[in-house]
Amino acid sequence: MSKVNQDSTQVLKLENITMQFGGVVAINNLSLEVNKGEIVALIGPNGAGKTTAFNCITGVYEPTNGIVYFNGEPIVVNHPQGKMIKQYGGINGDLYKDRKPVVHTPDRITHLGIARTFQNIRLFKSQTAFDNVLIGTHLRRTSNMFTAAFHLNAKEEKANREKTAELLEIVGLADVADELATSLPYGKQRRLEIARALATNPTLLLLDEPAAGMNPQETDELGEFIVDIKNRFNLTVFMIEHHMNLVMEISDRIYVLDFGKQIAEGTPEEIQKNPVVIAAYLGVDEE
Amino acid sequence: MNQKKSKKPMIISLCLIAAVYIGVFIAEQFIPQQSMLFIVLKKGAVYALVAVSMNLLNGFTGIFSLGQAGFMLVGAYVYGIFTIPVAERMNVYQYFDGGLVQFTVPVIIAMIFSGLAAALFAFLIGLPVLRLKSDYLAIATLGFAEIIRAIFQWNGLGRITNSSNMLNMFPTFNDFNILGPDGKVTVYLSTLIPFIMAGVCILLIVLLINSTYGRALKAIRDDEVAAEAMGINLAHHKRLAFCVSSFFAGVGGAMLAMYQTTVQAKSFTSAMTYEILLIVVIGGIGSVTGSVLSSFLFVACSEWWLRFLDEKQIIGNFEVPLLRIGFRMVVFSVIIMIVVLFFRKGIMGDKELPDLLSRSRKAKGRAGK
Repeated sequence: MSKVNQDSTQVLKLENITMQFGGVVAINNLSLEVNKGEIVALIGPNGAGKTTAFNCITGVYEPTNGIVYFNGEPIVVNHPQGKMIKQYGGINGDLYKDRKPVVHTPDRITHLGIARTFQNIRLFKSQTAFDNVLIGTHLRRTSNMFTAAFHLNAKEEKANREKTAELLEIVGLADVADELATSLPYGKQRRLEIARALATNPTLLLLDEPAAGMNPQETDELGEFIVDIKNRFNLTVFMIEHHMNLVMEISDRIYVLDFGKQIAEGTPEEIQKNPVVIAAYLGVDEE
Repeated sequence: MNQKKSKKPMIISLCLIAAVYIGVFIAEQFIPQQSMLFIVLKKGAVYALVAVSMNLLNGFTGIFSLGQAGFMLVGAYVYGIFTIPVAERMNVYQYFDGGLVQFTVPVIIAMIFSGLAAALFAFLIGLPVLRLKSDYLAIATLGFAEIIRAIFQWNGLGRITNSSNMLNMFPTFNDFNILGPDGKVTVYLSTLIPFIMAGVCILLIVLLINSTYGRALKAIRDDEVAAEAMGINLAHHKRLAFCVSSFFAGVGGAMLAMYQTTVQAKSFTSAMTYEILLIVVIGGIGSVTGSVLSSFLFVACSEWWLRFLDEKQIIGNFEVPLLRIGFRMVVFSVIIMIVVLFFRKGIMGDKELPDLLSRSRKAKGRAGK
C-alpha cells in the first residue's frame, strides 16, 4: 500500500490529480508534495488551474482522477466514473480504477487540519472582525446545541474568545476587532481571513493569492507575516501567488503550472532560470 | 474588549420587558376581558413566537422557507389531539367513534409534543428539501404546507385528526384564569400566560442565536462557501436550524389553537405563512425585537385599529366615502407598501433592543452593504 511508504514529513501529497469539467481539462495529472514546515508556492499564468488545485484539495471540487494524501492519509481518491470514462481527456485514467473513491466535504477536510483563504475575500460580511475569527473556533467545539444555548460551555466559550483576541493581536487587528469586517481596508481584510483560518487550528495553511491587491510595501510586510505565523503556529504553508518578489523571497520550493500541467518544480533560483517557466510567462519567440 | 461591552443596555432592556409583563398583568385585572386589547395581545404573542421562529430560519440562517403554516398546523393538531378531555371525545369525534387517542396529557407536555412533532416533520421534509437553494426551497416548503393540510383532512386519518371536522373543547387561554370558590374569576391570567409561553420560547431562540451555533448559522447566511471552509457542516447546521424553527412553529401552532379555541386544517393556509413572512420583513430580517414588535403592530392594525374603515363613518352630516367592508385591507396593503418602500430593512433592521439603548453603537456600525 502506498499509505505505508509515505514519508512522515510529507504533509500534503497530490498524486496524478486531474480535474475535468465537461470537456475541459482544468488540471492535468498534477503531482506535488509539500513537506512539513515548508512554504511551497504554486505559480502560473492566469487560468492555469491553481485555484482549481486548491479546490480539489479542500473538497470544493471532486477531482476526476487521482489521490490527495494529507499526513499520509488519502483524503480524496477518485477515478473517472460514469459518463466521464468515455469523456476523460487526461492521462492515467485507469490507475486508480480499483480504489474506492473517497470524498470529503470541505468542512470535514478543515476538521482534519487544512485551512484556507480565498482569492476573492470571503469574510462574513454582516459580522465584526472579532466574530469572524470567533466563528473559526466553532468546529473544535465540544458543546452541543443545548449546552451552548444555556451557556453551560462558558469555559470553552471564554477560551475561544481569548484565543480570538490573541489571534487578532498577532495579525495586528486588535484595534479594529469591533469593526464590521467589510468596513476594513483590503490589506486588513486579507489578514483577517488568515486569522480566521488560523482559528480552526490547522497544520496546513492554504493561501490563495494572499498579496492580491496589495502595494509593494504591504506585500513585503505580508511576506514577513507569513513566515512569522508559520514559525509561531508550526504550520506548513502552501500558497498561490502572483507577486514574484514575495514568492522568491519566502518559498522553499515552487511548482509552476501552465494550462493545467505542471511545467516546472524547484527552488526559487532554479525556477528563475528555468527557460520553460520564462517561456510560459513571457511567451516564446515564434522564430 | 469585545466581551467587556457595557452591560447597562442589556439591563435596561430586561427591565423594559419585565415592565411590559407587569403592565399586561395589571391591565388584565382592570380592563374588561372583552376589550380588543386582549385579543391583540394574545394573538400578537402567538404571532410573535411564530415570526421569531421564522426569522431564525429566514433571517439568521438564510434559508428561505415558507412552510411555517404547515408546521403550525401539525403543532395545533397535536395539541388538540392530546388535550381534549376524554369525556368530550365522543362529541368531538362524533363521526369516528370517539377517536383513537383515549387519554390526555398536561398542557405543557402537549405543547412540547406539538413542537417535537413539528420538528420531526421538519427533519423528514428537510432530508430532501434542504439541498435546494432560495426560491426552490421556498416552493418546496410551501408545497409541503399545502400537502400536510390536505393529509390532515383526509378521512383515512379521521380517527386521529377528525378529518375535516374541527377539534375543540381542549384547554384554551381562558382556562388559565384562576377561579374563586364561587366560579368567578379572581385572577385573570389568560393574557399573561401566552405572554410567558411566547417569552420563554423566544428567550430560548435568542439564547441559541447568541451561542456559538447562532454564529455558525449567521456565517452560513453570510457566505456558505466560507462557512464550509471554516469547518461548519452545512447540512447538519441547516437541518438543525430547520428543526429548531419548526419546533417553535409547532409550539406557536399549539398556542394558536388555544387562542382560537378550535382547530381546523383548512384555516392554516399559505396566506397565514405570508402574514408571518410580512411580519418578519416589516420587523426587520435578522432582528428578534423587530419581529416581536411588528407582530403586535400587525395584529393590532389588522384586527383593531383599522376596523373603523370597514364600517360606515359619519362625521357631522358628512358620510365618509369608500368606507365599507374590505376597505380596511386596502388601507392595510397601502401601509405595508409604504413600509416596504421607505423602511427597506424593516423597523429594526438587524438591531436588537439593547443595541438601540447603547450609546456607542460602534460594534454594529452601519450593517449591510
